[in-house]
Amino acid sequence: MTTEKIHVKDREIVIPGDVLAEGMSYIPSGHAMRDDEKVIATSLGLTSIKGHVVKVIPLAGRYIPRRGDAVIGKITGSAKFGWTVNIRCPFDADLPIAEASNSYLDTRRYPMSKFYVSGDFVFANVLDVSEKKYVRLSVKDRPYRKLHEGIVIEVSPTKIPRIIGKQGSMIKMLKEGSGCDILVGQNGLVWIKNENPEKQMLMVNAIKKIESESHKSGLTEKIQTLLKGGKK
Amino acid sequence: MGMKSDKKLIVKGKRLDGRKADEMRPIKITAGVLKNADGSCELQFGETKIVAAVYGPKKVLPRRYEEANRAFLKVNYFMAAFSTSDRCRPGPNRRSTEISTVIKSALAPAIFLEKYPQTEITVHLAVTNANAGTRTSAINAATVALIDAGIEMRDMVTSIAAGKVEDQVILDLAQDEDNFGQADLPIAIMPRTDEIVLTQMDGDMTAAEVKQSYDMCIKACHEIAKIQRAAIVKKYGNEGGKENE
Amino acid sequence: MNSQEDTNLRNYLAKLLKKDIREDNRKSFDYRDIKVETGILSQANGSARVRFGNTEVLVGVKLGLGQPYPDTPDKGMMMVNGELSPMASEDFEFGPPSPQSIEMSRVIDRAIRESGTIDVAKLCIEPGEKAWMVFIDVYPMDDDGNLIDAGLIGAIAALKTAKMPAYDAKTGLVDHRTLTNNKIPLAEEPILCTFGKMDGELFVDPTHREEKVMDCRLSIGLNKKGNICAMQKGGEGSFTKDEILDLIKKAQGLSKDLRKHFK
Repeated sequence: MTTEKIHVKDREIVIPGDVLAEGMSYIPSGHAMRDDEKVIATSLGLTSIKGHVVKVIPLAGRYIPRRGDAVIGKITGSAKFGWTVNIRCPFDADLPIAEASNSYLDTRRYPMSKFYVSGDFVFANVLDVSEKKYVRLSVKDRPYRKLHEGIVIEVSPTKIPRIIGKQGSMIKMLKEGSGCDILVGQNGLVWIKNENPEKQMLMVNAIKKIESESHKSGLTEKIQTLLKGGKK
Repeated sequence: MGMKSDKKLIVKGKRLDGRKADEMRPIKITAGVLKNADGSCELQFGETKIVAAVYGPKKVLPRRYEEANRAFLKVNYFMAAFSTSDRCRPGPNRRSTEISTVIKSALAPAIFLEKYPQTEITVHLAVTNANAGTRTSAINAATVALIDAGIEMRDMVTSIAAGKVEDQVILDLAQDEDNFGQADLPIAIMPRTDEIVLTQMDGDMTAAEVKQSYDMCIKACHEIAKIQRAAIVKKYGNEGGKENE
Repeated sequence: MNSQEDTNLRNYLAKLLKKDIREDNRKSFDYRDIKVETGILSQANGSARVRFGNTEVLVGVKLGLGQPYPDTPDKGMMMVNGELSPMASEDFEFGPPSPQSIEMSRVIDRAIRESGTIDVAKLCIEPGEKAWMVFIDVYPMDDDGNLIDAGLIGAIAALKTAKMPAYDAKTGLVDHRTLTNNKIPLAEEPILCTFGKMDGELFVDPTHREEKVMDCRLSIGLNKKGNICAMQKGGEGSFTKDEILDLIKKAQGLSKDLRKHFK
């Protein structure tokens, strides 16, 4: 009989193969698995221990789409069903005609390019992800829509929660402090729009700073100072 | 291997560079050295230097390599023209192709390829300075880069070679020992379970010597695994601890 | 350059340039933070690792023996080889060198060769029979733009700090494992300055994002005297004569600081 034993604390860095716990009472979650009676980490991550649930939150890696995620994507082409979209993940994403707008798109009368062309950016909702990893997107309902102008930057998807902040506090501060329109995709893409390119640049720098210093304390104050035009 | 040396390689239990039979060269590993790659690592093992870069999972190109149920793992091991004593011509050759294949067969069992169907994971392994042990060093660097890229794996992969010189089994051959030795046996393991994912051998050894080599290598791999782990924790260590505001 | 992302990005970057600002807070004619390390590889006769911001290039110099070219029987030889491996960026494909990669190594080769950097007359061992051949291999590790300038600085730094291998006149062979304290005879130290043009705005040391959307590029090579020893225009846009003359002046000003990176 294996003695029930946990080998890690909360918020500890783990890597693949690390034995996190032993005993059947411990449940693996996130990037963790059971091997025999052991719970093993399956990727680089941070532990999150709640009772007997041993979860590993990944600290790196490309975006893996989940249903319900809001993402920013770039139209890459059209097909009979609709359009193909690049959402910076390894799998193809599709935007079916029926999901591409909340008004009727008469694709028999007009060419596909009347509605979307390659290079257009969209703010989309992940409707579902099939077993074979086909991703279906929708741009039908607010706030999802085609994006006009603005620039798009890429950050690590694992930093998106920090950019959004607790209950959206960070993103709110970024919007108010810079006067820019901002949309954040779970897939690590951030869309920024403002008439004034210097304001856009301020926003880009603020977001890059959050990305690189997410673990440091006092980040909120540093960002506030940056937005006010103070030294970086 | 098998060349005749005009000097003794082991004198009073000490090798040319002063090491004991079961001692390996110093290792230095740094994770996350490149910005573009999804994961990367710089590794130095004695004078051998490797830079590893991982991209993926991403779409497979050309599409004919796409596998329906799992990721296509591509390993690109190559030696920089200036990495060897005599300059080597740039571009793939039979040796680098063989080593790429062997490294792929060592890494594949450890990666959850099934979790990334229809994608590609590419591991670039550049030997920038060669002084024996390039394939084993490359595997160690690849592991750290794969972990740095956040790719899901069952375990790490750790590698080292043993050999035979003047009838003695020794660990981690250096250049001269490789050239003038009697046998060369690189292995790679997944350290949690000691499963062997790479095993090659050249030369002349008894079964007992092979067993001795395996024991020596597996023990050394566990030491190397600690260093691989430390390199990752050093890069990400800040992320842990109390939650910051 | 026909996708919307590129147009929006280009407009944004061009608007910033009109105010003399770049995305990374540089001015139009500022180089990024440059770091150069030499003598880092034991097998190479000379080596350098160069960082321009996030761009990283590794350069190695190796010497070997060869037969002099028939039209220059009393001179040594040199060759610059640049490998654009997919390791440095996802944009690169596998296979034979792309036109972009050939351009990088050719521009660096031109700057070094046409300035007479290596004193090839001093590299002859036996006229018509045997001379030293200097191989310069440039490997980009991380591409965030301007591999040309970074590669050239790496090449010169590696050449300056290289040690020649031992040559045994009796056997006529090189012992690659023994290094002498002899340096490669150098007569010049060229510098390359690569400029970009976007929507009429000129700037130096483009990043990868800038390279993606800029109209064209001009690399200008200068020797120690400040004279032009090489030029190469790349990309599908165009420059006016005045712009080129202006850039030559700018390059002459910038080269002084760039030279400080040669140890």
